[in-house]
Amino acid sequence: MNSQKKTETIISFNNIHKTYITGPVKYEALKGITFDILKGEFIAIMGRSGSGKSTIMNIIGALDVPTSGKYILNGKIISGFNANELARIRNREVGFIFQSFNLLPRTRVFKNVERPMMYANISKNKRYKRVYECLEIVGIADKAYSFSNHLSGGEIQRVAIARALVMNPSILLADEPTGNLDSKTAHEIIRFFLKLNQQGTTIVLITHEQDIARFAKRIIKVKDGKIESDRLNGIAK
Amino acid sequence: MDVQELILTALEALKSNVVRTLLTMLGIIIGIASVITIISLGEGSTASIIDQVSSFGANTITIQPGRARRGPGQSSSTVTTLTISDTKVIKKLDNITEVSGMINANKKITANGEETFNSIRGVEESYKTIQSLEIVSGVFLDKSHVDGVSRVVVLGDEIVEDLFGEYADVVGETVIIDLKSFRIIGVVNDGSDAYIPLSTAQKILLGQDHLDSISVAVISSNLVESTIRGIEDSLLLEHDIDDLELADFSVRSSQAMIETISSITGTLTAMLSGIAAISLIVGGIGIMNIMLVTVTERTKEIGLLKAIGAEDKDILNQFLIEAVVLTVVGGLIGTLLGLGITYVASTFLQIPFIVGIKSILLAIGVSGGVGVIFGWYPAQKAAKLNPIDALRYE
Repeated sequence: MNSQKKTETIISFNNIHKTYITGPVKYEALKGITFDILKGEFIAIMGRSGSGKSTIMNIIGALDVPTSGKYILNGKIISGFNANELARIRNREVGFIFQSFNLLPRTRVFKNVERPMMYANISKNKRYKRVYECLEIVGIADKAYSFSNHLSGGEIQRVAIARALVMNPSILLADEPTGNLDSKTAHEIIRFFLKLNQQGTTIVLITHEQDIARFAKRIIKVKDGKIESDRLNGIAK
Repeated sequence: MDVQELILTALEALKSNVVRTLLTMLGIIIGIASVITIISLGEGSTASIIDQVSSFGANTITIQPGRARRGPGQSSSTVTTLTISDTKVIKKLDNITEVSGMINANKKITANGEETFNSIRGVEESYKTIQSLEIVSGVFLDKSHVDGVSRVVVLGDEIVEDLFGEYADVVGETVIIDLKSFRIIGVVNDGSDAYIPLSTAQKILLGQDHLDSISVAVISSNLVESTIRGIEDSLLLEHDIDDLELADFSVRSSQAMIETISSITGTLTAMLSGIAAISLIVGGIGIMNIMLVTVTERTKEIGLLKAIGAEDKDILNQFLIEAVVLTVVGGLIGTLLGLGITYVASTFLQIPFIVGIKSILLAIGVSGGVGVIFGWYPAQKAAKLNPIDALRYE
């Protein structure tokens, strides 16, 4: 799309609303969220539980669609996509890193990283090459044939990053990626994110930890389904 | 994802809990093993019976007294409509090489301080040719024995073995049948019947005039059908009956007997297989149950797979193939088990051990089908999971 070239906007949220209806109860999780994320940004979305940051993450990650408003990811209007179209977007445009349960149990590291490419029907030779490239990037190629349940917490997150990178997505979407790690390992992982960002990867970090968020170049704070603040690394935007 | 990858993934998943996998497969294993056993034993016993019947020769015809469609309880031995004059009528027909009347009775044979209970057949000298009997020592009955109402007997080698022991030279010895002494003039191979002259059976042993059956040999097997019609026509005339439906005798070729036996054993096999198939349904329900448990256990995994780009059909295929691999592996184990049981059973029953490729393919096909049918619902359930709910599942 031509707008991408002009502004290099990778994510565009335009007046996004999300309302959950459970029986008679109506819950408004997002009440009109608008922001753009540019290519190469490292952004942290902060907020307490119940603030709506998880809902924002679900919509950015194409796990869910907004009730109203327009969401554009890498030039594609995602808002109206069906389940299979969303699956394809998650596969090609988004690299997920979760807090826990990142890897398939009883499955070797190699197979874990390879899986997204299998869903994209990429040939075996290309898969093999790319898996090793990504494992090299996160420095864990020597564990390619270890089982996922034999890895340490830090190693698991690095494998998750490798898998997130494997399809060359538009964004890395990390949901509390250091939540289960001790502070030393947490900083190691976050420094790793910084390095990837310096190399041009767009990173969206969902967290409630100030200590982790401060590494981001831009911080969006969410409260009660609205944006409370949107600042560049502590300086007003 | 291609099928090969999915099968490998499924095998990995099943390997991770071997005990549960085996227990889940048990229903399928038992079901397939029993179907294979029943079908193979059915085929084996059919083959064995057909082999016995065909040893009479493909060009033989048997005439029995009573209607062709006999009701229950009306056995041929109580019907007295066939007589020795019928054999004379048949002998005059074309294309016939040999004819023999036959009377059959079970009697005690004693000799040498031993006794056995066997089928005694009163036959004419032509019976040897019609039934292709093989003489191992001595001679068979001849015309002079039949005409002269001689008290001579030809024994089956199994009777000789029971009374005198294996390899005994018994020609010239005497046996007592029903308190009457008979001189042994020969021994036939492979049999547990004793043969005496038809006239002797009628006048001395049983005191019956009517025949239990008439055996006929035809020049060649492709003349069997036309000869059957010829025999029917002339016997109807002889018995003064107008309609074949009312005939007091039935004429059948050994070929027709083979077909009747095959259809009986076929029906029996199908019925028993049907019962065994019920265990496959029970096995299938077991598979569905465990697959539902598996889907629930792996909800979070399904959420993760969806997050990294698995479409509904990818999840559906993964769980469906897991169920099919489970049932097909179970089916293979069941097939091997069934063949093992068949081998042991057919050795005991002394019937041929027949491995039907058709039944093996059927078993594998059926077990795969069971996997698809009973794996569908759990797989569908997995595929339809909402990724956010699945990821959040604890």
